[in-house]
Amino acid sequence: MGSVRLYAAVAVGGFRRYATYRAATAAGVFTNTVFGLILVYTYLALWDERPHLGGYDQAQAVTYVWLGQALLAALAIQGGGFESELMERIRTGEIAIDLYRPADLQLWWLANDLGRTLFQLLGRGVIPFVFGALVFPSALPRSPLTWLSFLVVVPLGAVVSFGIRYLVALSAFWLLDGKGMLQLLMITGVFCSGMTLPLNVFPGALGEVVRALPWSALLQLPADVLMGETDPLGAYVFAAAWAVVLLAAGRLLQSAATRRVVVQGG
Amino acid sequence: MTDVTDVTDVTDTWRIWRKQTEVTEVTECFIDVDRLEKVFTVRKKTGFLKRERREVRAVDSITFSVARGEMVGYIGPNGAGKSTTIKMLTGILTPSGGRLRVAGIDPSRERTRLARRIGVVFGQRTTLWWDLPLIDSYRLMHRMYRIPDARYRENLDRCVELLEMEALLDVPVRQLSLGQRMRGDIAAALLHDPEVLYLDEPTIGLDVISKAKVREFLRELNAERGTTVLLTTHDLQDIEQLCSRVMVIDHGRLMYDGPLDGLHEAGESERTLVVDLERELPPIEAPPARVVRVEGPRQWLAFPASQSAAPLVARIAAEYPLVDLSVREPDIEAVIARMLHSLGDSPGAPRPPQERATA
Repeated sequence: MGSVRLYAAVAVGGFRRYATYRAATAAGVFTNTVFGLILVYTYLALWDERPHLGGYDQAQAVTYVWLGQALLAALAIQGGGFESELMERIRTGEIAIDLYRPADLQLWWLANDLGRTLFQLLGRGVIPFVFGALVFPSALPRSPLTWLSFLVVVPLGAVVSFGIRYLVALSAFWLLDGKGMLQLLMITGVFCSGMTLPLNVFPGALGEVVRALPWSALLQLPADVLMGETDPLGAYVFAAAWAVVLLAAGRLLQSAATRRVVVQGG
Repeated sequence: MTDVTDVTDVTDTWRIWRKQTEVTEVTECFIDVDRLEKVFTVRKKTGFLKRERREVRAVDSITFSVARGEMVGYIGPNGAGKSTTIKMLTGILTPSGGRLRVAGIDPSRERTRLARRIGVVFGQRTTLWWDLPLIDSYRLMHRMYRIPDARYRENLDRCVELLEMEALLDVPVRQLSLGQRMRGDIAAALLHDPEVLYLDEPTIGLDVISKAKVREFLRELNAERGTTVLLTTHDLQDIEQLCSRVMVIDHGRLMYDGPLDGLHEAGESERTLVVDLERELPPIEAPPARVVRVEGPRQWLAFPASQSAAPLVARIAAEYPLVDLSVREPDIEAVIARMLHSLGDSPGAPRPPQERATA
């Protein structure tokens, strides 16, 4: 009970920290909308040449783009969540302060990141998504049940995203300089989540592999749930399984890091 | 026959004495460190793919104990092993050897349990939430340490009043000045009534007024709540005004453990009186003070740090045309360096590390 209240407070803090920077949020909304427009016209050109590419019709392709823009910041698909902050804390030794606290490092950052996710979903995701749905033909579901399943699969995706980035962030205990890892995170995130093109489009073994990786829970899976292209239960199981695996790996890495690695600085 | 009974008597007495000290240890000794060691293995490149493993003894068989309610200064040059010791005391580093108990707890095994009972303040780092108003960080502490509501409000009110923070609570931490942030950090570390407070350079970078506020607050905390304080600092005045006891560490070894006066004696440290006279005059004669430097009408006089400056100042003011004066404290590094040096010279004293002895 006590820990629930603590991590709830951390999540609220995470939410409020991002809410502080209103101009940055407005700039983000603008960027996502413009970027969405560019992608929509690119996709429309592509789908004009190759109708039903990856099993989507044109309206579905458009909805996919706007969903991507809505989730880009919220699920930190190309990074940009807590990970660079945590890496910096590890590099400078500020991590020592976090370790002095009677709180679990992983749960602390998870709560913090979920708070950020919620803010960015509302603050940066809703406007581009609504704009897209109003201006372009869209393939949004009528059934409230489908919307509900969508609202279940997105938080699962957020935990998967956290799990990936937590592993990346902890690498700083050994590597110290995190720039390379952050770049790797960005490239894998953008491609493997389906941000470049829907993962359904990729043929053969590459497609199979990419769809089985955890990143597909960040965009491909929520999109397919929303547009009724996949069974929600299967999607939950897939995302939840990856979340558990990644969190467990993070926990292992965390205990190795805090036990064996020297906390930097005096 | 008589000899034998005598011997048993002695051992019995010794046993009883041992038992008594053990009992007092349980009640009195709060931090108990026995032959504590931390050895780091450093790999050094010696050629292509060749590496040499070298051991660095950051903390080398240190033994001390701190009673509940004591205020102890823990000082030493940079890299002496101070932070490593504190990291072991708080449980974020595991000792390589020796025994360590804080409030009866083995820190590295039960870090989280111990964390509820300790407070940590770093002068150069902050535990506060950078982007949010100060009060948000305190609300988080409230939850994190599961402080009962009434207790939390009482402690917060007290800190806010004593550290003069009423106007700061709604200000985002990033907008606070260094002195304000430092006070904010100290309050954050105390809301859960820690039994021991580790302070690492709590006055670094602060102006005179902020320093005085922080020291005054710590003194009151110690007097009223009996909080045990372990203070790491490079500011000798922190120690002078707060600590009855000083521990000096160098190259991972405990070189001195005792009152501050003893440190001055061991180092024969001196304070400096800087005197501005009306005009250029021959060096002032006022033994035991001696003139160490003359520059026009300004003269520098060194006198033992254990003596009061008042009679010296009175005498000079009476005999010379005095315009202005100031007293400079010996800086802690100088005192320690001299102390380490003098320990190295005297036989029977704990042997300082090689470099120091030969230097």
